Amino acid sequence: MLTTQVLYALAGCVIVALGLRGALLHASLLQRIVAINVMGAGVFLLLIAVAYRGPGLAPDPVPHALVLTGIVVAVSATALALALARRLHAEQGDD
Amino acid sequence: MNPVSLLVFDALLLLSIVGLAWASLATSDIRRGVILFMAFGLVLAVAWGRLLAPDVALAEAAIGAGLSGALLLAAAHTQPRPLPPESTNTPRNHGAVGVVLRWAVTLLCTALAGTLAWALLHVFSSTPHDMLPGAISANLAASGVSNPVTAVLLNFRAYDTLLEMAVLLTAVLGIFTLGQANPGYQPAGPVFDGLVRWLVPVLILTAGYLLWVGAHAPGGAFQAGAMLAAAGVVLRLAGRTRIGLPEGFMLRLVMAAGVGLFLLVGLTLLILGRPFLGYPQAWAGTLILMIETAAMLSIAATLVLAFLGGRPEATGVKAAANRQCEEIPRC
Repeated sequence: MLTTQVLYALAGCVIVALGLRGALLHASLLQRIVAINVMGAGVFLLLIAVAYRGPGLAPDPVPHALVLTGIVVAVSATALALALARRLHAEQGDD
Repeated sequence: MNPVSLLVFDALLLLSIVGLAWASLATSDIRRGVILFMAFGLVLAVAWGRLLAPDVALAEAAIGAGLSGALLLAAAHTQPRPLPPESTNTPRNHGAVGVVLRWAVTLLCTALAGTLAWALLHVFSSTPHDMLPGAISANLAASGVSNPVTAVLLNFRAYDTLLEMAVLLTAVLGIFTLGQANPGYQPAGPVFDGLVRWLVPVLILTAGYLLWVGAHAPGGAFQAGAMLAAAGVVLRLAGRTRIGLPEGFMLRLVMAAGVGLFLLVGLTLLILGRPFLGYPQAWAGTLILMIETAAMLSIAATLVLAFLGGRPEATGVKAAANRQCEEIPRC
């Protein structure tokens, strides 16, 4: 078992939990979106830690490709969520 | 570097990552939260470098921290009114039920982290079976590129990337249906405008370099698309009305180019009797570069449109009518 791998993976677990907690407890939509992004980053950290093979060894490229795809999908989902939030604020307007 | 100092570095890096994640969510000030989130993304990029994932580090710095941050900051800026501090942190913090719920959620999330960690430690303690990385390095020479990550994205798992381009297109169509773009910014002062004149060509050049170099070194369509999008965002922030986006039919063509060319290549190969997206070896490099170029343009257009936050305002008579239309709700 590699210490580096374990350390980074455990940090990923903590960040996933922090993000989920934020997404569930925050009232503001924008902060919920940030929280979901933090949660996603935690998942990415887990995946990249799993791909790590040790110093000087080539890491597994499959999780790297997954995370790259994930980053781009996350930003487009964030953009859609923000557009939805903006529209929601516009609809609720001056209440 | 000796192992001890490396361990200290890891510990410091992870402490700052977890600390920034916590801080970006704990604050009740949305703008502060977003800026801390951007810092979190940048420090995370260092972690990707540490874990030998330079492709991911580039994408994280450009997209995860940069463009996501720009999107969130723009949204925080247009937030209609800041919520009073007592209601922003938790909506349910009035009364005993609120406190119980808060603790219940915290406990649940801790349990989730524990379960995840337990599962991962179980995986780590078993002997790794490197079937997939082995298969990739054995077939890398036939993939048309020598960067294993690009080979996975554009050849071995091209399906995933095709579907990803479809996700991007769906997201941008969703944004289009939600309304017009945000109003633009004031024209920038001479210093920022001067910077923009230098920055935009450099960003475009970097995008081209990253696209080309992705075949054999860290880089590729995603990172290049993010660079091009950054050029558009910078032009927008400088108050320019023309930010490099085409209009009308051309815009729709660029938006759909990534998924379109991908499908075209896949279907053509299918007609020629090969598997879907199973490139012939001699053509693989060229086909990958073509698909990546189209994907880069689509990604850049999508990200810029995401920053605009809606259908871009057209120029001309129709645009003036549309702008008047916007004054009247539900027009």
